[in-house]
Amino acid sequence: MQNGSQTCENPEVLIIGGGPAGLAAAIAAYDRGCRKILLLEREPRLGGILQQCIHTGFGLQIFKDELSGPEYAQRYIDQLEQRGIAYQCDTMVLEISEQRLVTSVNPRLGLQRFQAGSVILAMGCRERSRGALGIPGTRSAGIYSAGTAQRFVNLEGYVPGKKIVILGSGDIGLIMARRMVFSGAEVLAVVEIMPFSSGLKRNVVQCLDDFGIPLLLSHTVTEIKGRGRLSAVVVSQVDERRRPIPGTEKEFDCDTLLLSVGLIPENELSRGAGVKLSVTTSGPLVDERMQTNVPGIFACGNVLHVHDLVDHVSEEAALAGEAAADYCRQPGLGLPEEFLLLEDGYGVRGTVPQRVAKQSLQGVLRLTFRPSQVFMNAAILLEADGVALQESRRRILTPGEMASISIRGKQLATLRDKKKLTIKIIES
Amino acid sequence: MYDVVIIGAGVIGCALARELSRWRLKLAVCEKNSDVADGASKANSAIVHSGHSNAPGSNMARFNLAGNLLYEQLCQELGVPLQRNGSLNIAFTDEEVGKLQQLMRDGEANGVSGMRIVGPDELRVMEPQLNAEVKAALFAPSSAITSPYELAVAMAENAAHNGAELILNCKVLKVEKREDSWTLFCSDRKLETQVLVNAAGLYADVFNNQVSAKKIKILPRKGQYWIVDKSYAGSFKHTIFQVPGSMGKGILLTPTVDGTILLGPTAEDQEDREDTSTSRESLEHIKTVAKRSWPALPEHALIGSFAGIRAHTKENDFIIGERQDAPGFFNAAGIESPGLSAAPAIAEELCKQIVSKLGAVKNNSFNPRRNPIPAFRHMSFAEKTAAIQRNPLFGRIVCRCEQITEAEIRASIRRPVGALTVDAVKRRTRAGMGRCQGGFCLPRVVDILSQELGLSPARITKDGSLSEILAGDRPDQPAMSSQCKTARRPAKTPRF
Ligand SMILES: Cc1cc2nc3c(=O)[nH]c(=O)nc-3n(C[C@H](O)[C@H](O)[C@H](O)COP(=O)(O)OP(=O)(O)OC[C@H]3O[C@@H](n4cnc5c(N)ncnc54)[C@H](O)[C@@H]3O)c2cc1C
Ligand SMILES: Cc1cc2nc3c(=O)[nH]c(=O)nc-3n(C[C@H](O)[C@H](O)[C@H](O)COP(=O)(O)OP(=O)(O)OC[C@H]3O[C@@H](n4cnc5c(N)ncnc54)[C@H](O)[C@@H]3O)c2cc1C
Repeated sequence: MQNGSQTCENPEVLIIGGGPAGLAAAIAAYDRGCRKILLLEREPRLGGILQQCIHTGFGLQIFKDELSGPEYAQRYIDQLEQRGIAYQCDTMVLEISEQRLVTSVNPRLGLQRFQAGSVILAMGCRERSRGALGIPGTRSAGIYSAGTAQRFVNLEGYVPGKKIVILGSGDIGLIMARRMVFSGAEVLAVVEIMPFSSGLKRNVVQCLDDFGIPLLLSHTVTEIKGRGRLSAVVVSQVDERRRPIPGTEKEFDCDTLLLSVGLIPENELSRGAGVKLSVTTSGPLVDERMQTNVPGIFACGNVLHVHDLVDHVSEEAALAGEAAADYCRQPGLGLPEEFLLLEDGYGVRGTVPQRVAKQSLQGVLRLTFRPSQVFMNAAILLEADGVALQESRRRILTPGEMASISIRGKQLATLRDKKKLTIKIIES
Repeated sequence: MYDVVIIGAGVIGCALARELSRWRLKLAVCEKNSDVADGASKANSAIVHSGHSNAPGSNMARFNLAGNLLYEQLCQELGVPLQRNGSLNIAFTDEEVGKLQQLMRDGEANGVSGMRIVGPDELRVMEPQLNAEVKAALFAPSSAITSPYELAVAMAENAAHNGAELILNCKVLKVEKREDSWTLFCSDRKLETQVLVNAAGLYADVFNNQVSAKKIKILPRKGQYWIVDKSYAGSFKHTIFQVPGSMGKGILLTPTVDGTILLGPTAEDQEDREDTSTSRESLEHIKTVAKRSWPALPEHALIGSFAGIRAHTKENDFIIGERQDAPGFFNAAGIESPGLSAAPAIAEELCKQIVSKLGAVKNNSFNPRRNPIPAFRHMSFAEKTAAIQRNPLFGRIVCRCEQITEAEIRASIRRPVGALTVDAVKRRTRAGMGRCQGGFCLPRVVDILSQELGLSPARITKDGSLSEILAGDRPDQPAMSSQCKTARRPAKTPRF
């Protein structure tokens, strides 16, 4: 069945978004014993952005298998349906209140309101647009975000163009470079403003190198030309401060510019519910159980922080699902009283979670973050109130790959009387 | 044989078509582009000026004031947004304060009412985000903001409803005098008319100079803008002008009826009448000057830029009325700012002249009202529920940033003067104007346009010919597209 339209009055756990995060959260909440679950998805089918990622490389960690996006999603959709968890597709959530009153709209079911015990935010992210970059020039047709182009090609069956320049070397840009070649187009270059690719190394090799597509590092698009349809872009080299260097302009004749210049967690709804966001991740500030500052509202997946591997999304979402189920079983449960705060130190950006409840300093605590630049043979240092706690060495750390460290059992227990944990990178 | 043909479906051509449709006339508007309001009328500051900045005694002064006064009723009848938000001309120095007084005297001479000079304390209250160094400001309460393309679309729809004909994608190449009439040679047809109106914007000199010995020359003058995301809605209530002549020559800051804020325009003379590209230098310049008004300007919230071209003339005034050496040929030329503000009054005046020339009689079935496309996002809970019951497609959001539903998109295509392009849908519904700039809704809008127009998605354009969105079917799986297209087509969609 593709078009879920089951319903569940006053669900205990209500999940917004049916991508890998929402699916894993729903399944985990069920397995934790919760039976009144409802998942809402605005697309006509479940699976989120994975439905348009028809390349393989998903699930290497969780399933030890190289699945395509839709295959990976299907494994979770099957689990969801086996459990009989209610979901509605073609249903867009319009509003969430601080008291977890959720308003949604669906063509057949109309405008609905649900009073949820707990809410899990799993809305994913959106792509940054040309406007946000302020690239001057004409407003011609032929400029698309890479994800929009991916949808045109993989879901709708149309090629957006024949001669292509890609700005940004994020994973979607890299994957789309290869996809466009498979679709008979010519990819002239992938242009990246930073001195390194922001995508996974394996994608640079498999999507660009294998096809002889040049990757122009420390370059950016400085002008867009063409009336009607795009006819050319001007590419310039940039200096260390990312400013275009006059005299380095090169013109590429092309009919399409794809933008893969960053993903932004989709938090308009969260803001409306009073959820506080991090300026670094653009996602909610959460604790180790993925609970936001609003009691009973949890977040996971790309809405929380942008992930590069879907396996991590599924793991993180399971934590949120369990926590949301627990929350409903203890009505009136507020936020924990005392927190240990996490801080980004040198070379570290966007540590998640941002705080840890002292009462749950047990088991394993996994912290994730992104390095702020490329580091070779470096160490990740964890400090508690300025005192070194643990150090782990890495051969390479790059902003394109999320890094993580775990703190276990005994070490965790020693943190009870501490205030602040700092992660930093030490170069050798 | 037409009674009247208007060249150009900008805000002037559309306003005149609506005025003339109050009379029993065989009337057509020829527009070279694929939509109305596709020239200067879609890319401007959207301000209905109070009228204090025009030279006393000029056509600009006269029609601006009269136009401003007509706006309330016009927007009310057509269901177009209008906000009397008032304007402030701000002064940083004593010298500039002196200029404010001059401006106020001009305004009074032009008949602008309600103006007064406001001191710093009151300014803090009126505009808390305004630069604290501002010494004084001229407040003009009658200044307003509207949506220029919605207005043009609404006037065109209403004119069409009352019998006017709108011919899109029809470029007039040449006009010639016959004994008692005019012949228009167009890209795809030939038209005969008794009265010819030249409302061709940047090309108004071409037609004037074909028929009259009194030559004019349009001097294209570009203006570039930044758009600030609507999450900053409410940062400013008034339209803020700096005193011209100081550092920021004419860079203003204004809220729009959609909740965004515009910063601009620059003023750059150029030869090219079609080049609406933006440039890095100008966009930087706007930021610098705008920060003088708004020191806390949030650069990260700039979601886009655009440019429009003014039809400037060295006379620096509107050229309006019948050409003496070309009877039956009427100009609305040199319509640069405040052309939007003046449009209703220019239309009234030209209509009066044309009607008396043709001795036309009243169209008794004229209906001044037009119902806008119902906007889901502005409905109450009960209204939304009722709308979805009436038409389930109100329950499907196509543009997530602006919450535009499939029902609204389809309506914008099916109405008279319906949308034919992605940009036309955007101008009528706002789909694609939000912070993701169409990243989400573009494939969906292309799909709906292709269904409604019965065209392959590969033939759907952004903004008319040569701006196709797609390059064609995917070569490896050509069959798939048509399959899923038919599968997704809604069984039977109610019309309204
Ligand atoms: C364009 C794009 C391409 C990607 N390609 C790759 C790739 O090739 N390989 C890879 O490993 N990773 C890729 N990723 C990253 C991958 O998407 C993530 O790892 C994973 O999909 C994130 O899962 P999620 O559930 O958090 O978000 P998503 O998969 O984005 O799911 C979020 C879901 O929430 C729904 N939703 C949002 N708002 C609402 C609302 N208001 N009401 C109802 N439903 C709502 C959305 O429709 C969507 O289905 C890509 C990401 C993007 C954005
Ligand atoms: C940057 C800028 C800011 C402005 N700000 C304001 C403001 O805040 N307030 C205000 O009152 N005014 C403002 N204006 C002025 C206002 O926008 C114009 O005066 C008004 O839009 C002019 O309308 P129009 O119909 O004369 O011209 P246009 O909108 O340019 O319409 C002319 C039409 O004629 C068509 N056409 C041309 N040649 C042919 C042909 N050969 N065959 C068929 N069709 C043809 C064109 O395609 C076009 O659609 C501004 C203008 C600019 C450029």
